[in-house]
Amino acid sequence: MNGYDWTERREPAAPSSRVRIQSEPLPGAAAADSNGHRSVTPEAVFDAQDVSVFYGRKKALTGVSLRIRRGQITALIGPSGCGKTTFLRSLNRMNDSVPSFRIEGQVLYHGHDMYAGNVDRVEVRRRIGMVFQKPNPFPKSIYDNIAWAPRNLGLKHGLDERVEQALRGAALWDEVKDRLKDSALGLSGGQQQRLCIARAIAIEPDVLLLDEPASALDPIATASIEELMHSLKGRFTIVIVTHNMQQAARVADHTAFFSLDAATGEPSGTLVEFADTETIFAHPVDPRTRDYVSGRFG
Amino acid sequence: MSSGAIPDPSAPLTPSGNLRRRQIFSKATEYGATTAAILAIVVLGIVVYTVVARGAKALNLDFVFTAAPTGIGPELLGTGVIVLVATAIAMPLGVLIALFLTEYAGNRAAGPIRHTLDLMNGLPSIIIGLFIFGLLVDHKQQSGLAAAVALAIIELPLIARGSQEILLLVPNSMREAADALGVARWRSVLGVILPSALGGIVTSTVLAVARAAGETAPLIFASSVFDASRFSINPLEALPNVPVTIYTLSEEGNPEGFTQAWGLSLLLVSLILLASLGARALLARSKRKMAS
Amino acid sequence: MSGTTVNSARVAGPRPARSARSARRLRRIDRIGDGLLYGVCLLAALLAVAVIVLIGYEVVHGASPAISKFGLSFLFDTTWQPNFGVFGAGSLLFGTLVSSFFALLLGAPIAIAIGLYLSLLAPAGVRAVVSPLVEMLAAIPSVILGFWGVLVLAPFVHEHIEPWLHNAFGFIPIFGSPETTGASIFTASLILTIMVLPIIASISRDLFLAVPRDLQDGASALGATRWEVVRGVVLPSTSSGVVAASLLGLGRALGEAIAVSQVVGAGSEIHASLFKTGDTLAARIANQFPGALTELHRASLFYSGAILLVIGLLSNLFAQWIGRRFSYEGAAAR
Repeated sequence: MNGYDWTERREPAAPSSRVRIQSEPLPGAAAADSNGHRSVTPEAVFDAQDVSVFYGRKKALTGVSLRIRRGQITALIGPSGCGKTTFLRSLNRMNDSVPSFRIEGQVLYHGHDMYAGNVDRVEVRRRIGMVFQKPNPFPKSIYDNIAWAPRNLGLKHGLDERVEQALRGAALWDEVKDRLKDSALGLSGGQQQRLCIARAIAIEPDVLLLDEPASALDPIATASIEELMHSLKGRFTIVIVTHNMQQAARVADHTAFFSLDAATGEPSGTLVEFADTETIFAHPVDPRTRDYVSGRFG
Repeated sequence: MSSGAIPDPSAPLTPSGNLRRRQIFSKATEYGATTAAILAIVVLGIVVYTVVARGAKALNLDFVFTAAPTGIGPELLGTGVIVLVATAIAMPLGVLIALFLTEYAGNRAAGPIRHTLDLMNGLPSIIIGLFIFGLLVDHKQQSGLAAAVALAIIELPLIARGSQEILLLVPNSMREAADALGVARWRSVLGVILPSALGGIVTSTVLAVARAAGETAPLIFASSVFDASRFSINPLEALPNVPVTIYTLSEEGNPEGFTQAWGLSLLLVSLILLASLGARALLARSKRKMAS
Repeated sequence: MSGTTVNSARVAGPRPARSARSARRLRRIDRIGDGLLYGVCLLAALLAVAVIVLIGYEVVHGASPAISKFGLSFLFDTTWQPNFGVFGAGSLLFGTLVSSFFALLLGAPIAIAIGLYLSLLAPAGVRAVVSPLVEMLAAIPSVILGFWGVLVLAPFVHEHIEPWLHNAFGFIPIFGSPETTGASIFTASLILTIMVLPIIASISRDLFLAVPRDLQDGASALGATRWEVVRGVVLPSTSSGVVAASLLGLGRALGEAIAVSQVVGAGSEIHASLFKTGDTLAARIANQFPGALTELHRASLFYSGAILLVIGLLSNLFAQWIGRRFSYEGAAAR
């Protein structure tokens, strides 16, 4: 189902017009060894190396190299259709369900190749959680929505506490503590999304991937989600895709700007610039980044 | 809150905790589901193979075109006549009912009619047989016509429902355009809407025929005492027909009769399966065309 | 298409009187046409309702001699002796319920598994081939399936399956010793299972295909195995539909007359063992009606048909009740 090519591992790209890594070297980072591989530092959770994604013939993502740091919020911004969500979903192997999906390059998670043959997808998703753009609560009670995954995992003891902790962590406990047995479908959009976040953190994942979590919500609900992310940072490594760059500016420690690149024929998503948020918004290097963050397009 | 079940993030991405056991169970259920599907195919294969292998032995020109005791020609003819008359009754009525449901009925009227059609569809055919006996055969005599009415009752809900589905796919813009031009309702229905739904209506009818042609129970009441040694197309008397003959031969215990029954079965099944598959494919295609 | 508007649009002209007259005539024709079409459609719809009512009437009317003679004891009496004018449908009722229940017990889980396979496991190409094959199983006329049952299934069951089951589980009363031929309630139940399978499988497949993708994705993203996604999301959200499909299958099994009559052996007693002969309401009607000579015999068969109708109606109502109960639970439960 995923036809990544081992032999295609290339040297890390020399500073080209496409990839600019602005942040200072990670503490403890080793220099590139003779094979051209950078070894992974304890601070990096994900290390994407020259990742390209294909859906059949269409190349959705070209040559993305990116390092996500532990305990920080990394935002992926850019206009629609430039591969942000594709990249995000490659981080927990959710793209595998698309039959024509193919990935080249390497995604390392804590140093382990995520697309190796012996990797169990279910284990991946247990450690790397995801919250989707449109809230998707199960047609069950609020309690059962949260308790469902822990029950599967055998975490049956202390379930009540676990549910309460998760709901507190998602800033939803006070609103629903008296109606845990009610159907989750009766909650408002913002509450449902916070329920989905609670559901994800209830199993204590290592990473939280958020795919435009507030785009389907009203401004007040959006603000509560953003507040939430600040409080969740530190416990979890968070990667968030957002088309709202003000949101990225408010929330993220590091920001990656994606755009469509038609240089090699058919347009394909690519990483333009990756730096800490202040740099990206205040003094971006690449002109495309400058155009985007100053609102000239997209 | 952490327990031993929370995996160490830097451990390899192989199953941790109870995942191995859960994966084994999940895989087992996948195998179970696949086995179930294979089982169904195997059963189908065995039945079809038996019918083809044993039925082919009986098939020859004599068999198809002569009458009893050498052939079953009258049965084929009789079934053809009965089904034709049944369809002639059911098709117009089915289309009219479908038109009623899509063009005229409000929700209050449509509900009971749809329930009625569902009831009719779910009626055991043996009950329809009893009904036809009481209505048209008792104190009178068996007839191909009575059999046709019984089969029409079986065909009606299928034609009505299929036609209704296709009519619903006819875009409303067509109806609105006709209205805007001041065209009378009956002209637009008969002249525009119905013709565009015609393909789907025909295929629904073919499916209904495929279903009705194999029904035996009503025919036992309406057309089971006949002279299979002569060809007849007179619907006012009991007509020889395929299903009843298969049934009778299957109960008789005579090996030659069995062979003839297999031959009849092969003919009937081939026609029905071909008609079913073909009609379903055509129906899917005309639905796609409508939607685009 | 007729050019009606052209005429009425051309009213203004040098000869207003004649055009006005033809315009009026056209409008009258259209009014008649509209009314006629509506009337005919309405009549057809009413005719359908009339047929249903008439069927109910005819069955009850045909049964009335037996109803007045036997009353409700007809349901429990197991003596069926046409020569003495004694009729009791107790064993028929028993056979109907046992064979249909068995067919559902065996057929529904297998069919649901097939539905899961076709919707969630099979690649699109395999699904496109296997789905029609499963539906083909439903298209086989019951008389042919019954014929195959008599000559192929029954001997096989008699020689291999019944003895094995009896040897392995004979301590359970339902697995008694086999009879002389394979004609039995057991074989009839197997035939019914084959008939019920494709109905439930096709509907289940469509139901499972309709479960929203994002719900399944949400479950997968929480580290659930494929089976856990099915158990936690797919099955609960389709449960009322699957139950309805199963009851549709049950209706089919209850009413099947021909195939059952060919393999059930026309027994008249109630036995605990599945391997004995028996009979069902529908099959007895098919079996004995052509040869029924007395009015009481025929009326008793009509009475059996009436009971069949009532059972069908009850299972329908049961289906609706289950549907309501399940959808309430589905919203709030595990």
